[in-house]
Amino acid sequence: MLAIINYGLGNLTSIKNMCRRLGIDATITSDPETIRSASKLLLPGVGHFKKGMENLHSSGLKPLLDELVLVQKKPILGICLGAQLMTKHSEEGDVEGLGWVDAKTVRFDQSKDNLMKVPHMGWSEITTTNANPLWSNLPSDPRFYFVHTYHFQFDEPGEISATCNYSYDFVCAFQKGNIYGTQFHPEKSHKFGMKVLENFNQL
Amino acid sequence: MGRVRIIPVLLLNKGGLYKTVNFKNARYIGDPINSVKIFNEKEADELLLLDYTASVEKRGPDFAKIGEIAGEAFMPMAYGGGIRTLDDAKKVFDSGFEKVVLNSVLFEDLSLIEKIGAIYGAQAVVGCIDVKKSLLGGTKAYSFSGTKKSSFTPLQWAKKLEEAGVGEIIINSIDKDGTWSGYAVDVISEVSHSVKVPVIACGGAGSPDDLKQAVAAGASAVAAGSMFVYQKKGMGVLISFPSTLQIQK
Repeated sequence: MLAIINYGLGNLTSIKNMCRRLGIDATITSDPETIRSASKLLLPGVGHFKKGMENLHSSGLKPLLDELVLVQKKPILGICLGAQLMTKHSEEGDVEGLGWVDAKTVRFDQSKDNLMKVPHMGWSEITTTNANPLWSNLPSDPRFYFVHTYHFQFDEPGEISATCNYSYDFVCAFQKGNIYGTQFHPEKSHKFGMKVLENFNQL
Repeated sequence: MGRVRIIPVLLLNKGGLYKTVNFKNARYIGDPINSVKIFNEKEADELLLLDYTASVEKRGPDFAKIGEIAGEAFMPMAYGGGIRTLDDAKKVFDSGFEKVVLNSVLFEDLSLIEKIGAIYGAQAVVGCIDVKKSLLGGTKAYSFSGTKKSSFTPLQWAKKLEEAGVGEIIINSIDKDGTWSGYAVDVISEVSHSVKVPVIACGGAGSPDDLKQAVAAGASAVAAGSMFVYQKKGMGVLISFPSTLQIQK
């Protein structure tokens, strides 16, 4: 069972809808026992970084996730804010994240390009940078739906699994062992996203 | 900057889909679930679902119906119509939508933008400006499905919305709606060059060239109703989304 972790933020219903279409057994849950019994975890998220971390702390989910992800090494996929929360720090609210990957979350730098509109919103093609299992058998010209104002900035290039260009190149997906993250929304990216979720489920 | 979003607009009313001309003369198009299934198969970039009579009729969103519609859509979905409170917005997000579209309520309470943005992020809050020209009064922003005129020009109101924290702005021309005569490119150009957030052009599209013109005028995304629900101007209903339709910016 795939546990879609409910910490009060995010596109839970959309993810559940896509899992249903794919025949993936998925449950939206905040219950520690259910999360513990899941074979895989999904950390969704749409919203404010600070609020996300506050909710992970106040719900008591943070220590549980630390244990399941860092000690038990359960596969986890973070989506959008859920992936950003896995970094060490975000400029959005200037708060500490979960710190599972060697990256921070920074705002799109509009000083680099006067014409740049933020948020980056829409479909973009991605460039995969390693043989990540999430990318196996992706349909050709993979494109995904993005909507974000902040993006990952990695200190450890080995953890980067895909990049994307929006005025400048930025990291749009990462993997560190059992920890996966995508800035884009697989649950809103038609057949491309379905393949990614299917691949994650088959890990 | 990549591929421009092309967004079919679906007008919802009492469980059915309709298409208007100048925000009037609503014609029944079909069942929303079937239509969304078609846009899903055709891999449309995004969908904009507007319950255009909700605010006028002083009702909230039909959460059961919109949840059912979102359940069929594996693309980004925005919903507008009758959202008056943070709790309304929350229920829309919980129904499977990424974005809420606000118009009428903002003339009474701009702070709703910030309240929703603080939890769901600015990108999830879309301000819709319905725009109409009058002979003496100039071009103004309207609410309540074009029935209530404000004292703001589209640009003044767009600046207010941006300041209040919206993630993007829809410029929807009442004069152009359903006319197949091209977007209100003057207003689109003026607003998109004056705000930092993406502007979505809406109202008047009749051909791929119209879409390109709006993008050339500064729009970050283009929305259209008639083009995607009718065969041609004056002809029958045909829900479609050409897979070859692409605009780069």
